[in-house]
Amino acid sequence: MAEKTYLQAISDGLRLEMRHDKRVFVIGEDVGVYGGAFKVTLDFQEEFGPWRVIDAPLSETAIVGGCTGAAIMGMRPVAEMQFSDFISCAWDQLVTVAAKQRWRAGTPVPITVRLPSGGGFSGGPFHSQNPESSFAHIPGLKIVCPATPEDAKGLLATSIQDPNPVLYFEHKHLYRRIKAEVPDERYQTPFGEARVHREGDDVTVVTWGAMVWTADEAAKQLEGDGVSVEILDLRTLIPWDRKAVLESVRKTSKVVVLHEDTLTGGFGGEIAATIAEEAFEDLDAPVKRIAAPDTPVPFSPVLEKAYIPQVDDVAAGLRELAEY
Amino acid sequence: MATTSAIDVVMPQMGVSVSEGTITKWLKQEGEAIAADEPLLEISTDKVDTEVPSPGEGVVQQILVQEGETVDVGTKLAVIAPAGAEAAPAEAPAPEPEEAPAPEPEPEPEPEPVAAAPEPAQAPPPAPPPEPAEPTDGAGEKTFVSPVVARIASEHGVDIGQVQGTGRGGRVTKKDIMGFVESGPPAAPPEAPAAPMAPEPVAPPEPAAPEPAAAPEAPPEPVPAAAAPPPPKPAAPPPPKPEPEPVAAGAGETVEPMNAMRRGIAEHMRRSLDTSAHVTTVFEIDMSRVVALRNKLKPEYQKSYGVNPTYLAFIARATIEAMKNWPWVNAEIRGEQIVRKNYVNLGIAVALEGGQGLIVPVIKNAEGLNLLGLARSIADIAERSRNKKLMPDDVQGGTFTITNPGGWGAIIGTPIISQPQVAILDVEALVKRPVVVQDESGQDVIAIRPMMNLCLSYDHRLVDGAYAAQFMKELRENLESWDESAY
Repeated sequence: MAEKTYLQAISDGLRLEMRHDKRVFVIGEDVGVYGGAFKVTLDFQEEFGPWRVIDAPLSETAIVGGCTGAAIMGMRPVAEMQFSDFISCAWDQLVTVAAKQRWRAGTPVPITVRLPSGGGFSGGPFHSQNPESSFAHIPGLKIVCPATPEDAKGLLATSIQDPNPVLYFEHKHLYRRIKAEVPDERYQTPFGEARVHREGDDVTVVTWGAMVWTADEAAKQLEGDGVSVEILDLRTLIPWDRKAVLESVRKTSKVVVLHEDTLTGGFGGEIAATIAEEAFEDLDAPVKRIAAPDTPVPFSPVLEKAYIPQVDDVAAGLRELAEY
Repeated sequence: MATTSAIDVVMPQMGVSVSEGTITKWLKQEGEAIAADEPLLEISTDKVDTEVPSPGEGVVQQILVQEGETVDVGTKLAVIAPAGAEAAPAEAPAPEPEEAPAPEPEPEPEPEPVAAAPEPAQAPPPAPPPEPAEPTDGAGEKTFVSPVVARIASEHGVDIGQVQGTGRGGRVTKKDIMGFVESGPPAAPPEAPAAPMAPEPVAPPEPAAPEPAAAPEAPPEPVPAAAAPPPPKPAAPPPPKPEPEPVAAGAGETVEPMNAMRRGIAEHMRRSLDTSAHVTTVFEIDMSRVVALRNKLKPEYQKSYGVNPTYLAFIARATIEAMKNWPWVNAEIRGEQIVRKNYVNLGIAVALEGGQGLIVPVIKNAEGLNLLGLARSIADIAERSRNKKLMPDDVQGGTFTITNPGGWGAIIGTPIISQPQVAILDVEALVKRPVVVQDESGQDVIAIRPMMNLCLSYDHRLVDGAYAAQFMKELRENLESWDESAY
């Protein structure tokens, strides 16, 4: 065990998978010589050589399309989008080809697409988005959103070994901010199993990614008011752990669904709907969604702060439910 | 027994533990004439399916509960009016003198219905329907009841109006109602699930008190079902029953609701395991003597009495005989007391076809029956079980039960005791086996013998292992050395 940042954990996990399995290679813009926009693959080319750490041209379509072909031929590619926002360029390759190949032809497409996502540092509308729900809607893709260094490493390993296309959303705001002990060896964190980040009795927060930490701070605020908050970190959205969510709802009967993505069509709507369908008679208050407003992400630090759910916003929502 | 005034027909009490029944079929329609004791309708409860006879002669004036509906015991099902009487409105005040005929079969024409004013035998009023969750706060205004609060209120029979609300606008929150339920307010009714199997009254002074059917003397003529005695304490109306939670069917699954009998079995079996300390002891019986005797008696029994002397009849007889020395096997725990019985009401488990359920009709005072009498009684109740002709009285008051899965080839079992009894005997298949016996010169030899396992499950709270084994030993001796003249 050693203390690692979220970013170091991703880097460590990727390196171990590449050492373990020669079929694993990395491709992306500036991932080789430069070591990646965020230095996740720093020094990778020195260890694994230019054929396994490939600098790609500025074409997400080519990156994902090439990965898909390589995967069909038996490789286990890991693509890096410099920013998750750019994945829209690869939409067709991902949605039309990779997601449906197994269904059409029976061939697995074991690709992992790393997607540095999220805001909080004035990245503006092209470098701050959280497009997970767009892809959660596409059958055939898996969606992973780690919140902790340990999960970041374990979920990356699971993503690489999974026979399906996996979108691995790594939150940029967690890269160097979150540090924790991470096991040194290889390990896998299973998909579809939520993590109870914090146990509580009065209100449940269902969330993932960076918002786990926002919820954590809000929960600490409410502790002083005698409100006990349970935080469920979904870890993966496809598949997502309905059982854990419904169990928590049955316990607390009050739920906040929290995400950094915009409200309309956000994955929180799916969770809220599932709770309404399957745990209606366990609810003691309406399911509350806390999310970004339906606008692009603003540049201005003041506006961005108003845009991304903050600790005080979450605390206010929790209080409202606690007092309901 | 021509009725002189309108009589109500109510859902009869089909056993102390039965709280509701389902109307399966009306045999008479409104306006049809009906004779006293003529079958009026068929009902199904978790204990028995049966016909309800008309309590008097007259015309079916009104049918109040439709086929398929399930109602509480005591609910008014129909009104029988005097023949030729004007079809009165449903609310016609009926003094109902015949409602409580007691054991007295005399038709007492009542010239002055007023004289019959007190109506002690009046059945309890039907339970009020569960209060829809619409409580009011102190100001009398309606406040929102969340789904979980409504569900908890319904499950626990709580009137939300009595709960102090601490939520927004005085709303009752889940915490409020959970606190209310847990602190056990004085007015809280018993938990609904416990109601259908209300415990027997503890230690009544007379053994006959709780259940007339269990009296040592043979009961008189079966009482017409509609005039069945009301439940011991009709004071408290049954609490509202929670609706069973609907279950979602998964792929490849089908979901069907439990019928009343299945629900009853499920509840009783679980409750029995939660109540008694179950232990099972198995004995091997050499049935050579019984087989020989049965082969000898069979033609005679069939010719003279039209009845088959089954192995079950032999075993029942030998069991009752063994109980004389081991009476606790036929006893009961009531509170902290041991209730011993000088009679044996022998329950015989009868499986209904196609896994439809199980019914345990009771042979009353079986200790007074010889082998022929038992064979007849077993054939009779088995027949009536399958034809749905059992009377409510037939399934009540058992003191010991025999179950007989051996007919299907079972060789060992650990049956569950029928509460409040303390033991149940499981009769297994008769199988030819090689066994070691001694020949005339005292040498061990291997012989082919018809062997049978008898498994006794008993409640270790009362019956210890040694006691049970000694009872079983005597039962085995009774069977292996059957004395034809003695039984």
